[in-house]
Amino acid sequence: MHEHTLAELSRLLNTGKISSTELTRLYLERAERLNPQLNGYINTTPERALAQAKAADLTILHKNHGPLTGIPIAHKDIFCVDGTRTSCGSKMLDNFIAPYNATVVEKLDAAGMVTLGKTNMDEFAMGSSTETSYYGPTTNPWDTSRVPGGSSGGSASVVAARLAPAATGTDTGGSIRQPAALCGITGLKPTYGLVSRYGMIAFASSLDQGGPMSRTAEDAAMLMNAMVGFDPRDSTSLARPKLDYTAHLSDSLAGVKVGIPKQYFTDDLDTDTANKVQEAIKQFEQAGASLHPVDLPNTHLSIPAYYVIAPAEASSNLSRFDGVRFGYRCQNPVDLLDLYTRSRAEGFGREVKRRIMIGTYVLSAGYFDAYYLKAQKIRRLIRDDFQNALKQVDVIMGPTTPKPAFKLNELIDDPVSMYLSDIFTVSVNLAGLPAISIPAGFSGQLPIGLQIIGDYFSEAKLLNIAHQYQLHTDWHKQTPGGFA
Amino acid sequence: MLWEPVIGLEIHVQLATRSKLFSGAATRYGAAPNVQACAVDLGLPGVLPVINAEAVRMAITFGLAVNAEIADTSIFARKNYFYPDLPKGYQISQYELPVVANGTLDITLEDGTSKTIRITRAHLEEDAGKSVHEGFASRTGIDLNRAGTPLIEIVSEPDLRSSHEAAVYMKKIHTLVRYLGISDGNMQEGSFRCDANVSVRPKGTEKLGTRAELKNINSFRFVELAINHEIARQIDLLESGHKIIQETRLYDADKDETRPMRSKEEANDYRYFPDPDLLPIHITIDDIALIRNTLPELPDHKRTRFIKDYALSEYDSEQLSGSREIADYFETAVSTAGGQAKLCANWIIGDLTATLNARNLELSASPVTASQLGGMIKRIADNTISSKIAKQVFEAMCNGEGDADAIIASKGLQQVTDTGAIEKIVDEVINASPEQVKQYRDSPEEKRAKLIGYFVGQIMKKSQGKANPQQVNQLLKDKL
Repeated sequence: MHEHTLAELSRLLNTGKISSTELTRLYLERAERLNPQLNGYINTTPERALAQAKAADLTILHKNHGPLTGIPIAHKDIFCVDGTRTSCGSKMLDNFIAPYNATVVEKLDAAGMVTLGKTNMDEFAMGSSTETSYYGPTTNPWDTSRVPGGSSGGSASVVAARLAPAATGTDTGGSIRQPAALCGITGLKPTYGLVSRYGMIAFASSLDQGGPMSRTAEDAAMLMNAMVGFDPRDSTSLARPKLDYTAHLSDSLAGVKVGIPKQYFTDDLDTDTANKVQEAIKQFEQAGASLHPVDLPNTHLSIPAYYVIAPAEASSNLSRFDGVRFGYRCQNPVDLLDLYTRSRAEGFGREVKRRIMIGTYVLSAGYFDAYYLKAQKIRRLIRDDFQNALKQVDVIMGPTTPKPAFKLNELIDDPVSMYLSDIFTVSVNLAGLPAISIPAGFSGQLPIGLQIIGDYFSEAKLLNIAHQYQLHTDWHKQTPGGFA
Repeated sequence: MLWEPVIGLEIHVQLATRSKLFSGAATRYGAAPNVQACAVDLGLPGVLPVINAEAVRMAITFGLAVNAEIADTSIFARKNYFYPDLPKGYQISQYELPVVANGTLDITLEDGTSKTIRITRAHLEEDAGKSVHEGFASRTGIDLNRAGTPLIEIVSEPDLRSSHEAAVYMKKIHTLVRYLGISDGNMQEGSFRCDANVSVRPKGTEKLGTRAELKNINSFRFVELAINHEIARQIDLLESGHKIIQETRLYDADKDETRPMRSKEEANDYRYFPDPDLLPIHITIDDIALIRNTLPELPDHKRTRFIKDYALSEYDSEQLSGSREIADYFETAVSTAGGQAKLCANWIIGDLTATLNARNLELSASPVTASQLGGMIKRIADNTISSKIAKQVFEAMCNGEGDADAIIASKGLQQVTDTGAIEKIVDEVINASPEQVKQYRDSPEEKRAKLIGYFVGQIMKKSQGKANPQQVNQLLKDKL
């Protein structure tokens, strides 16, 4: 049962082959049994899940259900879930019970989905390995001595290990796509502004975007139908005509123009990864797509620009965690300054502090122009690069990551190398574009991801291309040994 | 050496919106602590700000009233600093591209001349909460009801040259924002307060001296006192060979002194940057035109019009254009009275104001409405009552006894204009006063005017003030 996709589960629930309660119990049981190896869930929420499942079963009984009714899902612990601890992977929020639902949670609840629990993540989504979590690292189900990627590593890990049929993630510099690639699942980062950020704890507001993490592109399309929508509570949310993201999944790939940027195939790229990605791209050619070289000349500037802009915004976004109103407060503060400094020193982890320091520095008087303003200029150049390339082609393809999953602790003390694992993903966030990562083969037993980048609001096209690939491949159907 | 003070003001005006600048919570003053603070105001994890369009409209309204440029694109910035009553650790304000820039306001100086004060900018920002120290032994309470309340900060150029000019300018802004209906201007409740940047320089020189910023000034009197104190302090320092240090000083009204809060070295680096949670506001020419059409007549225009249309004096029109309420009161009274602008002005500035002051009432709570006052003045004008009797009628109106006509009728106060009836009283008085009649008749013309007063007084007394004075005078002259 746990091998089914959302689309299949939807049919089984609709025909009464299984109830939501049975399905929910099954996943809760798997989580209880297998999560200790992965630490993908920070905690499950069985009471809430079973209550939602019961309600879903009634809805199905009364034939009031939609395609997602009764299907379980896991939420990254960055999304506020009313009455539930929402920690953002931090000691700072270990005691924080969210008093409201994030819009994404509200929408998926309204679609009848069942919340299984909250998934592990890098602290405040700052990291590429889920090792910076206060709750300990999550492991990769394909090799539990390796990282699942991050920051949505918990979501990627539980979906890959079939401890949830799907999960939500957020992507600021690759946090959906990179763990999806490293865990062999499908992850979509939508166009900035498509999915509401309300109730999603902010890391870098101008880059953060929530999206689906699932087994297949078809599943991601079903989730997008429920997650997307204008939200008056988010000023950066976009009002767009409502789309059915599943409507174009079967479109032919004949005539699709695929751009291949030379900047994505350099010597730094792991050979095996390069070969597998090239093979995948060839299959698109065989399916009727045409390949074209494109130029993204400022790609090498994306990491430096990102590591100015994201920490700058984060340093301000995280100021509210001051020990005064909620979250961690140090013991016996002697005065206000002591309250602030010790609460933050004790409540935040190393990586978060590093980024707050960087962000504070680049916004300081005398440095603002040289760092923050310069980075904003680079951001425009990167966006222009993509706009120029996407005038010539429909989508851009390349590897999601420079290499497969690395070992736990391998990069934790080498932040710059860690940052470079996002080299192919961060520029997409800087431009605000949508991109999807799909399984495209293995290097040994480790999954490799193919990234497909499209123009603004081209999610349906990306899902169509990914779905067509998945019709002809079975990389996405592989289950990690030990989790079958 | 002669010193010249150079002063610029930053005035914070709370906007009279119903909800906050970035949340739906109410802005009503005086609620129990923290009941008007929603998730957004508390800065809970995950919440986002959404701009209140009404606040933007009010800021534009102010800009138009001071002939300023209205930005077509305006952006919000975060001003980052830690303080317990600042929930997010930053204040959403404006830095580059404020809504309003480059305006002017004319003020009238003591010698009657006019001076133009340049307004650098006016920007929107959210207020912080309040730290409450009373009632918490060795602790501080936080009340976030005010957090997120919309303000405009109006920044002037350093064009003011005395504490008096500063107070006049501050009053004028106060009058203006209340005219525009964008603020209640209540200074006790903190809806209108200012910071003053003060420096001095040798008179006749151009270079600006080092300035101190005075914080926390919440009355017109304090602005004068605080600036005077600061000017004296700076001159003392300079004349004794010391230097002024750039710093922020707090004005303490109880001690009438300013004292340092923090120096430039300790000053916060606010690390302003554009707020990524908010998109730029785009203001179109059409938006501006719509708002311009709703602008009320402004005080300066009203004052000039009163002089022209009602032939009022400079003083009267200044008084009667001091607020929209008093101007409206005046014009309603004139229209009910069917003219008599001077008489209306006198009554409003005189008896009415005195009564309100005595009872400690605002004009809006006046026991006599504008049309009631106008109705009474109409009766003075058509000789139904004399000015003297009018005082009696006015007092009755103040006590809620109804309109002038009803009071005149019920108390029988209408003037006697029947010549026969008046003649009868005149004859009685003349017959009862042979000595005075003789004295009058023996006196030369120029002394008679004074002597006739005796007879008038007697007649008015007999008629209980109701005899028409003109008729009495005429009859007396004829008969004597």
